[in-house]
Order: sequence, then structure tokens, then C-alpha cells
Amino acid sequence: MSIHPILSALRRHKTGTTLIALQIALTLAIVCNALFIIRTQFEQMGRPTGLDEHNLLMIATTQSGIDSNTDAGKATIDASIKADLTTLRQLPDVIDAYETRSIPLSGGLWGLGIRMMPSGSYGSHTTYFHADEHTLATLGLRLVAGRNFRNDEIGEDDDSGVLQPAAIIVSKHLADSLFPRGDALGKPVYFTSATTPSTIVGIVERMQTSSTYSGTDNRTWDSTLVPMRLVTPSRYYVVRTRSGRLAAAMQSVPEALYAHDPQRVIPDGSGGDEAGVRSFAQIRAEAYQGDRTLAMLMGVISIILLAVTGGSIAGLSSFWVGQRRRQIGVRRALGASRRDIVRYFLIENALISVAGVIVGILLTFVFNGWLMGQFELTRLSPVYVLIGVVMLLLLSQGAALAPALRAARTTPVEAIRSS
Amino acid sequence: MFKYYLQLGFRSLRRNPVLTALMVMTIGFGVASSMTTYTVFRAMSGDPIPWKSGKLFFPQIDAWGPNARRNGTEPADAMTYVDAVSLMRDHRAHLQSALYPIAPTVHSEDPTQKSRMAPGQAVYSEFFPMLDVPFLFGGGWTAADDEQHARVAVISKSLNQRLFEGTNSVGQSIQLDSHSYRVSGVLDDWHPQPKFYGLATTDAFGPADQVFLPFTTATDAQLATRSGLFCIKLPGPGYAAMLNSSCVWIGYMVELDTPSQVSAYRTYLEGYAHEQQASGRFGWVSNNRLRNLPAWLDFEHVVPPQTKISLAVALCLLLVCMVNTVGLLLAKFLRRSGEIGVRRALGASRLAIGAQFGVEAGTIGVAGGLLGLMLTWLGVQVMHVSLPRQFAALARIDLALLWQTLLLAVVATVLAGLYPVWRVMYVRPSLQLKED
Repeated sequence: MSIHPILSALRRHKTGTTLIALQIALTLAIVCNALFIIRTQFEQMGRPTGLDEHNLLMIATTQSGIDSNTDAGKATIDASIKADLTTLRQLPDVIDAYETRSIPLSGGLWGLGIRMMPSGSYGSHTTYFHADEHTLATLGLRLVAGRNFRNDEIGEDDDSGVLQPAAIIVSKHLADSLFPRGDALGKPVYFTSATTPSTIVGIVERMQTSSTYSGTDNRTWDSTLVPMRLVTPSRYYVVRTRSGRLAAAMQSVPEALYAHDPQRVIPDGSGGDEAGVRSFAQIRAEAYQGDRTLAMLMGVISIILLAVTGGSIAGLSSFWVGQRRRQIGVRRALGASRRDIVRYFLIENALISVAGVIVGILLTFVFNGWLMGQFELTRLSPVYVLIGVVMLLLLSQGAALAPALRAARTTPVEAIRSS
Repeated sequence: MFKYYLQLGFRSLRRNPVLTALMVMTIGFGVASSMTTYTVFRAMSGDPIPWKSGKLFFPQIDAWGPNARRNGTEPADAMTYVDAVSLMRDHRAHLQSALYPIAPTVHSEDPTQKSRMAPGQAVYSEFFPMLDVPFLFGGGWTAADDEQHARVAVISKSLNQRLFEGTNSVGQSIQLDSHSYRVSGVLDDWHPQPKFYGLATTDAFGPADQVFLPFTTATDAQLATRSGLFCIKLPGPGYAAMLNSSCVWIGYMVELDTPSQVSAYRTYLEGYAHEQQASGRFGWVSNNRLRNLPAWLDFEHVVPPQTKISLAVALCLLLVCMVNTVGLLLAKFLRRSGEIGVRRALGASRLAIGAQFGVEAGTIGVAGGLLGLMLTWLGVQVMHVSLPRQFAALARIDLALLWQTLLLAVVATVLAGLYPVWRVMYVRPSLQLKED
């Protein structure tokens, strides 16, 4: 069948044709970008932290009334940290525990500059985590080179002053970016304002920083463990529980800590506060809540959009069928088969859709360009456009099928009678 | 006549239920998705103190020099202790306050109650009049209290509820960390969102501050900042070293009521930076900023990109819905060309035809708006559970949102109806009669 008569018929329905094509174009542009945003968010959310995330919990505690700026106060805090950790490690639900301020995804960002010499500009930056000899085992980090911290290496940090531990463990990503030749182990580096070097004694395979902020993406994997106990009134304990005992430990751990010191503060999560006891699953969920909501919203909007567009194509097609009953009858009377009629309407729909899709592909990239400029999105991959195009063509044909079939049921007699 | 057109409209809508339902749903969904995302955007981008936002200014002093500027040009948004205290001492604005976030532990006298941390701010006495902070009981402390490092506190309504069961607690004492403070005032409900005064150091959204202490007293008691220190060079150990360091951790705001005060303050900041340069503390030319609140909110990127993307995509959806409605209305109206022809032939003016179909489009708009209202309500409920904790409270429905939703639906439908109505107005009577 030649498409010439279809084209000349379309020319008489310029407005309707344009509207449907425009709608297909806009739908394609939005759905492609929405799909791409969803995919980007899921990619973000799916990144492994490098930890063994099961059976891990983190508990916040604050001790007040101790002046942490005096030596006596520091000694009191230090003693209570050691006592807390001994208590925790002896709990039946607990395998291991250590004290710190942050872990991957837990929020907040404590960073340091790194340079190879004690002066000059900082070539790299890193997020640092307080750690001790229990940290690797508690977090389930995989050491790929070097060794763990030793007990006698663990110093004290009162969160002020320059940080210059003699030994550090870094993530492989940071090691490779500092020493591209892969010989980072045993090399000295200098942190911000440090005068003595810190030697890389161990390298872990992978360790994400504490923030998910995508603007720091290049630094997302640049983590450093410093062998220091954080001697401040506010701190966190990270606890690895026995398999299947996570829920029980989330009760027993705060109870044990309260039993040890009833005056301490462990936030209960009321009044908009962050909960004091969080499993790693909760930490992960909270860290990516915004991304998940955005993905969900894009999904809902895409579905509504496709439904609306499908409905609209079906509606307008059936209007056209109704309008052309007489012509269809005449064609049928002149010998056109039902199949011919269906084919006519489907081809007509396909022509409009293809025109819409071509405009839509342009719009997709325009929209993507605008989003990139505004929101630090990356360039849309053509795969999404292809998926979008196929989806819309199928949707459009599907929506036109029912009206086309109804058109085919028109009998020649009926059409002639109706005039 | 309007009533008659309304009847005609309803009759026509009933005659074609599928097409009508399609249009109503299109408008409903389009409007609801826009309004749902808009509720969050509105709350985030709102002016937290509209009667005064043009008069509140946030000075920035470049204590770090050219190597550490944001985007190569912008000085840090927070201040060093040295600069904040110097500016307070000079006291050149009508009202001003340095401030930093704190989180002291509140101990209760009731031994069954667990101790809790109370988020708060260390501020100067002028903070309260400058921000028109509402008081339930008592008031802020005096400038003399600032000077004497007095142990006074202003507490929030919720903290007063917890500690004193809502009674007037002015003059009573509360135990924060290891010191006792006299309550000078209890705030009424006060939770500006975004929390504009703390943007230099803390997040824009989150729980309300519960306790306010004099800045001088807080630094005296060596209270640490609840947020972080931002340093290009780390200080030595100890609180005193931190105070003298080039680390920035303090917010600063001033009230300047007239343009001449603004320019005088700018000149003062310039002079201050020059002095610091002359004394050798700053090794660079002055690079100050003095942004008013709207500019400050923009600079601090209060609205997260996800919210903007959502709104942008939702508005595009509404656009598609409108295009869709144009098509459907056109189909629906032109199908009745015969009827229009008869009315025209019987003497109806083009305007009358336009009015009739305009009213019909408007009815669809209202119906779509009602559906949109229900869906928006549903959407806001979903937002409540799925937004990050600190944003969840922002998604809420109020009266303004209700009529905005309806208005948006009607305006969108009428806009979409313009072209179809114009088409039916130009249906030629004779031709239609002949064809039938």
C-alpha cells in the first residue's frame, strides 16, 4: 500500500497531527531524561561501600560535665571509652567494636589535605576516620597490602590541633591516586599543617567516604584510617554483631552503655533528631533517601506521562475513525479488506509517531543539556533514547490499535446508510 | 446565559464520558504532580522572614586569601573568631550578632528522665530583636549580660514544656553540661525554615533550636561548635588556640535599615580588611561580601538540586498534559461543528459560541482541579514518608495550596482551550448546514 494517500489525508488534519506528534516528542524528551535520572540514582545507591554491611550498627553517645580541655578531663573520657569498649566487646551479641566519629555513609565530612612534602600545595584530599586495631575486623574491610594497626600505635586525638599519626591505612583508590606507580605501601605523606610524616602501612581494597554528596565524586573513594582514639565527649561506637543478633544488639548495646553510665546521652530519635542507635541498613537508607525519592518521583511521572500520552493517542485516533466512517465505508465498498483498513490507521499512526520521535530526540538532548547545566547531571547515553523511542513507538501503535480495529468493523452498508 | 452554557457544557461532557474522563484525568494528574513537587519547593525556597529579609545582611571577610576561595573568587561563608569578635566590638550596625551552633546536654532534675542534647545557638543579645523572635515568657538577655559573660539562657517552648511542664520558668535555673543557667526567656513557637541564621555553619532544614546562650558565656565555658571547623591551617591543641586560629566556624549577621547604612557598613568592612592587611594579618587585598538574606539563601544553595529537578520535570509533565488537552478539546468541540453551525445560523454571535465552549473548558478545568486536589493530597502524604527526615515536615497542605491547585487546573485548562475555542468560533454556518 502506498503511503501517498495517507500523507494527503494527514495534510487535512494538520492540527491534530501536529498535536500528537508534539506530545510524543515532549513525552520522549521527558521520559528519556527521567529514566536516565532514575538510572543515575540507582547507580549511586548501588555502589558498595567496601564494608561488610550486614550485622553492623553504630551508636551515638555523649558524656557531659567533663571538661575535655583539661588533662584530667581527657583522662576521664579516655578511661570511659576504654571501659565502654570492654563492656561492648564482652556482650554476647557482639563480635567486635571500636570508637570513632564517622563511618562510610554516616554523614558529615572530616577532611585533610595531603602533600608529599611538609610544605607546598596540597595535591590531594582525603576523608579521615578515627580507627584502632579492631576497625578492620569490625567494619569487614579487606586489607590488600601491608598490615593492620598495632595496639601500641593508637594515639589520642582531642579533635583540636594538627593530626600527624606515624602510621595510616588508606583506601586503594587514594593510594593509587597518590602513587600512580602502585608503590604506595611504606611511603610517607604529610597531612594539613603536619610537620612529621605519616607512613602508609596498609591499603584496603575499597572504602567510601562518609558523605554521599555527588559533587565530591572524585574523592568518594579517598579514605584514610588514622590510628587514633577520639577523646571528646561526643562519639560513636561501631559494633559488629553476631549473625542474626543485630536486632537484639540494637536493644542490648544501649542498655549496656546506660548501665555503665546512666548520665550519658543516647538520642532516642524523637523530635526530629537523628536516632542514636542505627543499623548500617538504616544509615544507608538515610544517606540515599533523597536519591531514592527522586528516582521514585521520576518513575511516577514517567508512568503518568506514558498513560496520558497513550490515552490521548487512543482518544484522538478514535475521533478520527468516527469522523471518517463514511470514507472507510466507501473504501470497504470498493473492495478494501478489513486488514487494509487496520493497516491504513496503523501506518498513519506510525508516520505521526516517527515525526514526533525525530523531534523528540532533539528535544531530549536539549532538555538533557539544560539539566546538565543546572544540576551536575552527566550526558545522557544514547541507549536511553533508544529505549525511549522503542517504548513510545510501541505505545503509540498499541493505543491506535483499538480504534483501528473498530474502524475495520465498519461495514460498507452501514457507512453509506449513515450519510 | 452563563447558567445555560454551564448546562450545555455538562450535557456535552456526559455525552462523551470517555473523552471527558480522559481530559479530567490528564489535568488532574498534571496539576497534582506539579503541586506535589511544588509544596516541597515552596517550603524550601520560601522567605523565612519576609517583613525584614531585605534588611538582614551577612558579612563575609576573606580570612583565607586567594588560594582558598570558593570558585576562585568567593571568601568563606563563616568567620574566624578573631574577626567576629572584632566586628562585634566595633558594633557598626544598628543590630548585629555573631553566632555558632552548640549542642549542650540538658540534665533534668527528675532522675527518671534521661539526659538529652539540646541543639541551640550561642548568640549576642541583639539576635532576638534583630530576628523579631517571639517570646512566650520573659525576653532575651541584655547587652550587659553579654559583657559580663552572664550564665543566662533563652529556651524554646518545647524544652520549657519538658523541663517545666509549660509553666513560666523565667528566673528558674537549668543545668546545661556542667553549669547552671538562669532562664531569661521562653520562646513561643519559632522555627523559621530555612533556618537562615545558621546557614554559614549548619544545614538549612532540621529540628528547631532549643537553647540560646550568650556567645561570650559559651566561649567562656569552652562550648564546642555543633558543626565543624573549617581550616586551611590546623590550629595547635586547646580551645584558646582554636579561638586564635584562621579556622572559620562562626556565622555573622547584621541589620541595616537604609541604603546609606548598607554603604556605610560596606565602607567599614573595607576599612577593617585594610587594617588587617596593614597589620600584616591578611597578605592580600580585601575581598569582602555583604549579601542580604535573599542573596545569601541563593549563595548557600538552600534548595537542593533534587528538588529543582523534580519541579522542572513535573512542570514539563503539566506542559504535556496541556498539549494533550488541546488535542482532546479540539476533537470534542469540532465533532459538534453541525450544532455550532445551527446556532450560528440562528443568529448566535461568534462571541456567544466562544463563551459557550469556554465555559465547557472551564468546567473540565474545575473537575480536573478537584481530582488534582485529591491526588495532591495523596502525593503529599507519600512525600511525607519518602523525603529525608529533615525535609519531611516541609511537605504540607494549607489553604493557599488548595486554591493554587484549583487555580492552576482552571488556568491550565482554559489556556489549553484557547485554540480549540478559537477554532469553533470560526466554524462557518452555511458550510456545516450544507454538509449535513
